[in-house]
Amino acid sequence: MAGKPVLHYWNARGRMECIRWLLAAAGVEFEEKFIEAPADMEKLIKDGSLMFQQVPMVEIDGMKLVQTRAILNYIATKYDLYGKDAKERALIDMYTEGIIDLTDMMLKVVTGFPDQREANISLAKDKAKSRYLPAFEKVLKSHGQDYLVGNRLTRVDIHLLEVLLYVEELDSSILDPFPLLKGLKSRISSLPNVKKFLQPGSQRKPPYDEKIIEKAKKIFKI
Amino acid sequence: MKQTRSKIAFTPESQESLSMTGKPVLHYLNGRGRMESIRWLLAAAGVEFEEKLFENREEFEKLIQGGTLMYGQVPMVEMDGMNLVQTRAILRYIAAKYGLYGRNLEEQAWIDMYVEGLRDLSDMIMFLPLSLPEEKEMNHDYVLHRAMTRFFPVYEKALRDNKQHYLVGNRLSWADVQLLEVILMAEECKASVLSGFPHLQDFKVRTSQIPTINRFLQPGSQRKPPLDAESLGIAKDIFKFEQGMFLKNMSTVVAEY
Repeated sequence: MAGKPVLHYWNARGRMECIRWLLAAAGVEFEEKFIEAPADMEKLIKDGSLMFQQVPMVEIDGMKLVQTRAILNYIATKYDLYGKDAKERALIDMYTEGIIDLTDMMLKVVTGFPDQREANISLAKDKAKSRYLPAFEKVLKSHGQDYLVGNRLTRVDIHLLEVLLYVEELDSSILDPFPLLKGLKSRISSLPNVKKFLQPGSQRKPPYDEKIIEKAKKIFKI
Repeated sequence: MKQTRSKIAFTPESQESLSMTGKPVLHYLNGRGRMESIRWLLAAAGVEFEEKLFENREEFEKLIQGGTLMYGQVPMVEMDGMNLVQTRAILRYIAAKYGLYGRNLEEQAWIDMYVEGLRDLSDMIMFLPLSLPEEKEMNHDYVLHRAMTRFFPVYEKALRDNKQHYLVGNRLSWADVQLLEVILMAEECKASVLSGFPHLQDFKVRTSQIPTINRFLQPGSQRKPPLDAESLGIAKDIFKFEQGMFLKNMSTVVAEY
C-alpha cells in the first residue's frame, strides 16, 4: 500500500542518518518510529520485521528493508539519484564507500570503548585530512564540475555534504585546505530540499550527547 | 602512448602489459582477505581474470605511489578502463555487468539485503585470526553462535519458503555465490556448522555443481587457501594490522544488538 516510508531506529543519527538525508534530498516525506526501550526492539524482532534482528529498518513499498546500504541503494535507484549507467554507478559506489568508511570511524567514537574515545577522534580527523578529503577534492578538480559524478546531483553529493558537516563538528577549520569541497558544501546546502532539511525542526538529528549514548547502550545492550 | 580517459580520475599513465589482454586485473596480496569475494563472483560469472599479487610492504607502497588507489587501499580491480576500489563497488559492478544482480529494483533490494548480511558474517570470520590469544576461543564461539542463530536461519528460511534453488528470482545471483563462499568459510571454522540447516546443505551441494563454480572449487584455481601463520605474518606486515583487531572491529557490530 502506497504511503510514506516509515523509519525504525532510535532517536539519533547512528546508521539511519544517511538514509534520512537521502530521502530528504529526494523530497520524500517520511515517518519515524523511534525505539525508546529494549521492549520496542524485542517487539520488532518478535514480529519478524528485522531480517537480521537489527536496525535500521525502513518500511517502503510493501517491503521491510534492512541493512543501510540496501536501503540507500533502493532509495537512490527509485528516485534516480544513482547515475545514468553502470560506470557512473561504479564511481558513485567507490566514492560512497569511502564516505561510509569515514562515517563509520566517527561512529566508532560513540560506539567504541570509552577509553579509546580520544584515539578514535584523532584517527577520524587524521584519516579525513590525509585520505578522504584530498581524494574528493581531487575528484572535483579532475573534472571541474559542480557535482561529483555525471555533472548532476546524485546520492554521493548528499552523502559527501553530510560527512563534511560531521568532520567540521570535529574540527571547524578542517575544510580550509579544500576550496572545491567548500564550494560543493555551499552549493548542495542551497538546494531547496537540502536547505529545508538543514533548518531547525526538520527530521535531521543532532550530534550525540551523553544521554543519547546511554539510552542506545541500554536498548542495544552494549 | 598516453591514454586519455575523460571522466575517470585514477587511470595510471603507463598501462602494464597484463591489462592489455582485456581481462580484469586484480591487485591484492596473495591471500583471501577482501578480494576473495571478488574472485568468487568473477569465477562464477565465468570471467577470466589476472592477478598482480604483492608479497611485501615495499611492493604495496609502490602500488600506492602509482596513484591508482583512490584511498591508498586495496582491493583494486582494473576493469573496463577504470581502477575500481572498495569491495562493494567492485562486486556491484561485476554483478550488474554479468546479470547477477536481479531483474528489477525489488530483486536488487533482496540481493543487497542478503549480501550485506553475509558481509557482516564473513567480516567476523575474516578477523578471527587477529584475535588476541586469550580471546581466541571466545571470539570463535561468538562468531559461530552468530552464524548459527542470526545468519544461517535467514538463508535457510529463504530457501525453504520460496522453494527454489536460488535465493532471489529463481536464478543464480550474487547472493547465491556469496552464500556458498560464506558457508565454506564457516565450515572451515566448524565442519558441522550446517547441521540443522538441511536446505543450506542442499544449496551447498547444488551450487557447488554449477560448472563455473565447480571449476573454481578445484585445486589449481585462483581460489586462495585459508590464512596460515606464515600468510598472517605477511598480511600483518603489509597492512600493519595489530593483534587484537577483532574486538576493535566488532564494536560497531556489537552496537547493533
